Amino acid sequence: MVDPAPFILTLKLALFSTVILFVISLPIAYALAYSSFKLKPVIEALVSLPLILPPSVLGFYLLLAFSPERAFGGFLDRTFDLRLVFTFPGLVISSVVYSLPFMVQPFQSGFRMIPTALIDASYTLGKGRFDTLIHVLLPNMRAALITGTILAFAHTIGEFGVVLMIGGSIPEETRVVSIALYDEVQAMHYGAANAYAGILLAFSFAILLTVYTINQRFSNNLFRP
Amino acid sequence: MTVNIQKQLHAGSGRIEMALKFTIADGELLALFGPSGAGKTSALRIIAGLLAADSGSIMVNGECWFDHAKGINVRPQQRDVGVVFQDHALFPNMTVRENIAYGLKKDQPSSNVDELLEVMELMPMTNVKPALLSGGQKQRVALARAMARRPKVLLLDEPTSALDAALRIRMQQYIKSIHEQHRMTTLLITHDVTEVARLASRVLVIEQGVITNQGSPREVLPLDDLRALF
Repeated sequence: MVDPAPFILTLKLALFSTVILFVISLPIAYALAYSSFKLKPVIEALVSLPLILPPSVLGFYLLLAFSPERAFGGFLDRTFDLRLVFTFPGLVISSVVYSLPFMVQPFQSGFRMIPTALIDASYTLGKGRFDTLIHVLLPNMRAALITGTILAFAHTIGEFGVVLMIGGSIPEETRVVSIALYDEVQAMHYGAANAYAGILLAFSFAILLTVYTINQRFSNNLFRP
Repeated sequence: MTVNIQKQLHAGSGRIEMALKFTIADGELLALFGPSGAGKTSALRIIAGLLAADSGSIMVNGECWFDHAKGINVRPQQRDVGVVFQDHALFPNMTVRENIAYGLKKDQPSSNVDELLEVMELMPMTNVKPALLSGGQKQRVALARAMARRPKVLLLDEPTSALDAALRIRMQQYIKSIHEQHRMTTLLITHDVTEVARLASRVLVIEQGVITNQGSPREVLPLDDLRALF
């Protein structure tokens, strides 16, 4: 029988991660799109690292960093009484790190696609960077915003390696759908495993379909002079 | 407005040492006339604050907008200019009215917008987004948007170059009537000799970044072109 708890936990994790990602990805993408500084390639490489790094590698280093025996984990433990290993907050932080490029890169492309003449026009009309961001940039990169948000959300849903390393499989705390599926296969409960896998498959397809439909709708001639 | 700017530019034809020195009287419409790649648009961008000159200064009504020696470079937001860009640069997410109202200063009434909508004959399309407008309509919205905040200096970058002949003449009439009404200090960038003759009281001819001739359009422009015009 399929337990609904992993689904609820997975959605909660994806929701928390996506909200945090949105808040931190916007300034990172803005800075990467519009500034040029010496360390920019380093920042870009760091942000994109989760795209090619095996999740277990990332999970391993996060596990080391979060461990109460180590400097960072010990500091969090002593100062905030916060444990990140095998806890939900730990999963959220890991997901944010792991899904960062999935949101930053579409946002960065979205910023770059906006003609600089629009930004120039806004500046000469007396508007500062913040007003230009709110009234000109963001409304004209809706497709990129929606794509990045959906991709990061979906990517968190499908996480496995990092979650396994950081969270293990604690019911209602860290046992997300992909882990539940793995557990069911290990226990040779193929019926339940099939149900988990089928639902994840359908969900992933629906997400991608939404992204491509939105992109088609917004691939307009907005910037035609 | 007194402009004395130098900048090294990289044009298609190679490197240009731009060096411009000129004055525009209050309320005058001055044309900067020359071929593509002469440095006209760069000059406009420097005056607007969108590009920094290598050296020189820009003074407007006793206010310093740029002085390289003193390290002054006032941001575009604080320069009080209105710019009509060559490719309109209308905000695609806003309607015609919203585009024009965007630049209004805090203490300016929205009646500025209504007045411009009226003068530019844009009333029937106030709630239309730019994507649905024709080239001529877009350029009228761009002019209205630049004018709405009543800037000290109006900068027009080839405002009619994308229009066909009939629309170009109409757009020139709009510019003329707007200028006569508001008497704004205006710099018109163009490579169209007829546009200079129709609109400007004085013209600077610019080639390879330097002024090669200046005076009234009748003094400066090729006579044959003027005969054909009048």
